[in-house]
Amino acid sequence: MNIVVCLKQVPDTNEVKIDPKTGTLIREGVPSIINPDDKNALEESLRLKDEHGAHVTVISMGPPQAEKALREALAMGADEAILVSDRAFAGADTLATSHALAATLRKLDYDVVFAGRQAIDGDTAQVGPEIAEHLNLAQITYVEKVDIIQGGLKVRRAWEDGYENIEVKTPVLLTAIKELNEPRYMNIKNIYDMFQNKEVKVWNATDIGADVALLGLKGSPTKVKKSMTKEPKGKGELIDLPANEAALYVVSKLKENHFI
Amino acid sequence: MNFGLTKEQELVKQMVSEFTINEVEPIAADIDATERFPSETVEKMARYHMMGIPISTKYGGAGGDNISYAIAVEELSKACATTGVILSAHTSLCAVPIDSFGTEEQKIKYLIPLAKGEKLGAFGLTEPNAGTDASEQQTTALLDGDNYILNGSKIFITNGGVADTFVIFAMTDKSKGTKGITAFIVEKTFEGFSIGKKEDKLGIRASSTTELVFTNCIVPKENMLGKEGRGFGIAMKTLDGGRIGVAAQAIGIAQGALSEATKYMKERKQFGKPLAAFQGLQWMVAELDVKIEAARLLIYKAAWNKDNGIPYTVEAARAKLFASEVAMEVTTKAVQIFGGYGFTKEYPVERMMRDAKITEIYEGTSQVQKMVIAGNLLK
Repeated sequence: MNIVVCLKQVPDTNEVKIDPKTGTLIREGVPSIINPDDKNALEESLRLKDEHGAHVTVISMGPPQAEKALREALAMGADEAILVSDRAFAGADTLATSHALAATLRKLDYDVVFAGRQAIDGDTAQVGPEIAEHLNLAQITYVEKVDIIQGGLKVRRAWEDGYENIEVKTPVLLTAIKELNEPRYMNIKNIYDMFQNKEVKVWNATDIGADVALLGLKGSPTKVKKSMTKEPKGKGELIDLPANEAALYVVSKLKENHFI
Repeated sequence: MNFGLTKEQELVKQMVSEFTINEVEPIAADIDATERFPSETVEKMARYHMMGIPISTKYGGAGGDNISYAIAVEELSKACATTGVILSAHTSLCAVPIDSFGTEEQKIKYLIPLAKGEKLGAFGLTEPNAGTDASEQQTTALLDGDNYILNGSKIFITNGGVADTFVIFAMTDKSKGTKGITAFIVEKTFEGFSIGKKEDKLGIRASSTTELVFTNCIVPKENMLGKEGRGFGIAMKTLDGGRIGVAAQAIGIAQGALSEATKYMKERKQFGKPLAAFQGLQWMVAELDVKIEAARLLIYKAAWNKDNGIPYTVEAARAKLFASEVAMEVTTKAVQIFGGYGFTKEYPVERMMRDAKITEIYEGTSQVQKMVIAGNLLK
């Protein structure tokens, strides 16, 4: 089985501060990490590899320094890594990004494309589904469990208040949520081995054969008018009561404050 | 000259740091309080090839270098000095001497499972009457047919109660003094081997520090490590490398304590402002930071020498002397910064202060390091 994992290098938002004047992220000095949901997608792919055998390729669109995220993925156990990097991709929104990644995937063999649900720097959850649309692939989002069955996968998709079990033929695109698994660490032996024996391939816009009009700023219909920071709310009140009593308590509070 | 870590070393640092935050730090206070050896952590470390960092992949190791190994010990020790010393004693004092002095057969039989972390290692040199003066070995090893028969005891052995494989020193010929000392590889299952008293310690309380007792212990002749009579040299060379590990443990403890102290200084308010606003304390932490960084560079220098095949006896002694004394100073001052809270188990700095003390003592006291350094100056 060939699995391609789409991953993004993101600033660690736990460490990010927002510039109060411009409302934008201060990225300077903030460590870059593999987007957490993408790491769950990678872990699940590596688990399938460990248990059933698979070839796991990681791809990322990003600047040259995103190589580090791919190196981390190789050190966790991925077989191959491709960095899709070109100035033509600069300023890409989710649509342009998904075009670039879909074009990359057209050059690769895959049974499963695995992405994270969403990236912590944008929180759009759009790129995975958009790739599936471009490639005309079945897609299952919010994946919290994966099993291999004859001819395809059995996948559990999480809902807010339940789940659905779906059997799907490959090829398919899945997006992972953190409930799927606990990602492994890098393996120290792999760290040494991959710097000696594995390269991170770099593919540019020509290599992936994409229509340049769909890439980067030109291919991005999203326009950011303004970004702002929400005023932090005060500390909430935790109601630690049985459901019935809690409901009565909430109603009394709402009445007390003249909301009802 | 290049002061930057390699890409490999950077990723090892990141990996062990993540591992420490998730797997080591959460249980550090508990295993100290209960003196529980963290077997589950050692199993996880093995899974990630942490138990044989500087050992080649041919012998089951990660194929890394001594700087990465020192980084790993430092990162673990930031949260838990016990976990740091488990790795350090296992690697520096058992796997490395078998790697350096063992035969091919010994490496296949003993080094591979040690480097993979399937077996845990320890080292037995110290005896009740042979501490700093290790030449006063009383344990004897007498050849009897195809075996050596060992009699005597070793004390203060790190990993003693939990290790599978031991590098043990014994007198094969008392008349020759240090030239009569020989090293052996001993398995815990050998007839006549037993574990004696477990020490109740000030610090590193979750590490298993015990006595080892040899009562007509039968050790096959092929388990002799190196040549007969060369054991003292093997012990001294092994301890040179071990000092890099202990020094790394010491600055891990120191860095952990300083991080706790600076975090606390930003939170704790007195006289209407955070402690961080008081210049007296600012200067205190600035001085500690400089000392930690200086110690770290001494350690990297010694490890770099070792990686490059350059003598490092004096470098390791300098690093160990300075780093351990810095650890004691930093942890003591960290407790001071925390005030009364620092003296309680509510915060980790009291544990770090207790843990730091041993780094000035084991694998050669500070005084021994000074003997090594002065001996080199005055030779």
